[in-house]
Amino acid sequence: MKTENALRIGVDVGGTNTDAVVIDDAGAVLSKVKVATTPAPIDGIRAALDAVLPDVDTSRITKAMLGTTHPANAIIQRRELDKVGVLRLAAPSSFGVRSGAAWPDDIRNLVLGAAAIIEGGNEYTGQEIAPLDDEAVKRFAGDAIEAGCNAIAVSAAFSPASNDHELRAFELLRAELGPEIAVSLSHQVGSLGLLERENATILNAALLSVATSVVEGFEAALSAHDLEVDAFLTQNDGTLMTAAHAGRFPVLTLGSGPTNSMRGACALAGVNDAVVIDIGGTSADAGILVDGFPRESSAAVEVGGVRTNFRMPDLISIGLGGGTVVRDARAGNGDSLVVGPDSVGYAVATEARCMGGSTLTLSDISLAAGRLRTFGDARLVEDLDESLVIDSLAWVDEQVMIMTERMKSSRDEVPLLAVGGGAHLVSDDIAGVSAVLRPENFAIANAYGACIAEASGTVDRVYSYDTDGRDDCIADARDLAVNAAVRAGADPEEIRITAVTEIPMTYVPGGGCRVMVKAAGPLA
Amino acid sequence: MVRRVAADTSIRVMTVPRATLDSRVRPAHAQTTALLRSEADMNELTVDDIEAITLGATLLGTGGGGDPYIAKLVAHQALEEYGPVPVINAADLDPDDLVLTTAIIGAPTVILEKIPAGTEFVGSVKALSSYLGREPAAIMAIEIGGLNTLLPIATAAEMGLPIVNCDGMRRAFPQIEMTVFTLAGISAGPLSIADEKGNQCVFETTTNQIAESLARSAVIQLGLANSISCYPMTAGTLVDNAIHGSLTYCANIGKLLQAAQTGEDGAWDHFLSETGSREFFTGKVVDLDRRTTDGFAKSTVILEDLHGSDSTMRVEVQNENLIAFLDGEAVITTPNLICLLDHETLEPLTTESVAYGNRAVVIGMPCAPEWHRDGMLELVGPAAFGYEIDYVELDA
Repeated sequence: MKTENALRIGVDVGGTNTDAVVIDDAGAVLSKVKVATTPAPIDGIRAALDAVLPDVDTSRITKAMLGTTHPANAIIQRRELDKVGVLRLAAPSSFGVRSGAAWPDDIRNLVLGAAAIIEGGNEYTGQEIAPLDDEAVKRFAGDAIEAGCNAIAVSAAFSPASNDHELRAFELLRAELGPEIAVSLSHQVGSLGLLERENATILNAALLSVATSVVEGFEAALSAHDLEVDAFLTQNDGTLMTAAHAGRFPVLTLGSGPTNSMRGACALAGVNDAVVIDIGGTSADAGILVDGFPRESSAAVEVGGVRTNFRMPDLISIGLGGGTVVRDARAGNGDSLVVGPDSVGYAVATEARCMGGSTLTLSDISLAAGRLRTFGDARLVEDLDESLVIDSLAWVDEQVMIMTERMKSSRDEVPLLAVGGGAHLVSDDIAGVSAVLRPENFAIANAYGACIAEASGTVDRVYSYDTDGRDDCIADARDLAVNAAVRAGADPEEIRITAVTEIPMTYVPGGGCRVMVKAAGPLA
Repeated sequence: MVRRVAADTSIRVMTVPRATLDSRVRPAHAQTTALLRSEADMNELTVDDIEAITLGATLLGTGGGGDPYIAKLVAHQALEEYGPVPVINAADLDPDDLVLTTAIIGAPTVILEKIPAGTEFVGSVKALSSYLGREPAAIMAIEIGGLNTLLPIATAAEMGLPIVNCDGMRRAFPQIEMTVFTLAGISAGPLSIADEKGNQCVFETTTNQIAESLARSAVIQLGLANSISCYPMTAGTLVDNAIHGSLTYCANIGKLLQAAQTGEDGAWDHFLSETGSREFFTGKVVDLDRRTTDGFAKSTVILEDLHGSDSTMRVEVQNENLIAFLDGEAVITTPNLICLLDHETLEPLTTESVAYGNRAVVIGMPCAPEWHRDGMLELVGPAAFGYEIDYVELDA
């Protein structure tokens, strides 16, 4: 049952700021706040809640959503990570590439404890590669304890299609190790691609302590305000998982930052399909929202140097920001105007010419051209050569156009959302763009994106079209995705299929096809 | 075999007589360019060579050939564990020495889950060696292009054997019979298939087309990620018939491309001139049509001129890039290589990775000169892939 006039809180913990918003059923922002992120993120979350709640009727709040980069930063900065025992069920296959291959040495030494490849796993047909070696699982449990592991990652060949061996290994490990040692199973974490899925599972296991402290901290902060609400965390694709689930699958939150930002910005602008360009002091990031969700990258995603196969937002980033340095050497050798790639970054507030500094930046150019109006002193850039301004902006316009073109998935014109402190650099007139939108409140886009997140379910498996028929296979995958979304908390009445991807398998007889379906809907 | 160098331009031109009937009279080194002459440069292969070879292999995959990433890791681990692999030329061996090949055969999607064990490659070599009653003196790749470039390096390392600096394709092709050896009338059989569990079979075959279909039916039963050892040959036969210097060619184009990627002055032109390649188009992918029939990933990629002219390029793909049309006219055709590289990074774009909006440079790279002999067009020309298009010579 939905509560009438129910409110929800969204909190986003970023690298610099922790934002919080309270919105109503209609999506209107009732209260918003931005505080500094603290070394222990929980302090920032508490401060944000303290500041955002006073003017709100807290009894109407039913749900709280948290987006956090804390687990991602733990990997990137190699801190607070658990030691993981890595068990692969695939022998006699896969010895050619051992677990942790191609990891940077520092994180491998930090995270990988015991590792073993033992008999088990399945073929593409579903048959066993070998029966699971129960004794080897038990031996591994002992080795892992001896190596000081406090979490275990189990990955079996073709487990996204056949998970029996991983589940059985889980039972055996639980019996040997008790509930104190958490076990992550790869079929619950990643999709096809054993090495990348194994990497993701290891990272997941390594993040369990961090995740527990984040989730417990969030719940404690909510309790401190007597909020008895359903708590959720946002995941990579912009959908929600319950806080309890997030405590077990922290790796699924790693890409949630840009996703929340893009979804939040689009929702604030009232569009479902748009290219989003976020321009800060140093760089411009572009992504695209299709039917309300970021398009996902098909390329492997590295997190802290470790290759994974998460479905992360497809983003491109270039060195273009408000603090980007402009060098005019045309007087010297005739034709050399150099924009970037270096930037004065946050120091733009003191270094830029228009702020009395000595460095010519894109903010100065933008001010001189009248694009930037709310920053700096225009008199300080009056003397800039007109052709320098025109040429610099032509470069900016071309870069923005190229980023937009690279993001678009068809030739149709799409709206372009310009957000971030450097959004003024974006011209109102860009080829291939129907309109440039600059949503208000974009400063709290991440927290807003967390607030409006939905529940989802996905399926990724291999079907045989020749045996079962394409239509039946797709229908089966859709049913499985919808059921998964319902289990995740989506309202069965409002679930929709948001993506169907078919990847035919070359050289596989029987019309083998990998089918990926995602279903999503608002929380019930 | 004649190789003419246009000294006054950066374009290297290759003119080759269509019918080289007696391949035996062709000295193995007659067609060496600066790049191929570096055969002697590499005496052994170490982990430090892997990145360049992987990049070269991706390029020679000409859009397909399987993602070399896993193969790179396999080769890396084997070289670390067993040490460097000596690289030799076929002519360095006794003419009567036996050389055996290895390659992975199966489905790329399955290989992502069924990572090679290493033992299947050794197994296929041992099975064939046992059938022939002879030990191999060296290992070689059958396909230098895509993931099959790197796996034989791991096999050689594990078996403690040298690797021969030659192959039968110097690019990726989808089928076993698509080699210069088939043109020379050399049988792909007897051939062996092995899996990681110890299952092995050896086939005697009457034609290389049957070798392809028998091998394919065996791997369906064995899990679609297996090893094949085919075209067993003596070093003497290799001297006369193989594409020589392929491995160093692959490593060298990888190094040249790495230099171009890091923006080294003149490196891209150097890459083009050394490989005899030519830029045909710089454009943006505006249409992409993917479909799969008969196990082939077929697609059509359409690019529009990046500089705003009305010119378009269309690339027809069946696992690999096969035909490039400039404004409707075929300008690059198989077996010459069509490579798409990212305009900004010069990273080769594969059939799977190419996407709408990609800005790409399309280059035509001449196939190995050893392909130019009777039967080439029937075996690997446009008609072999069902296109009613004439083969186009790549020249200035």
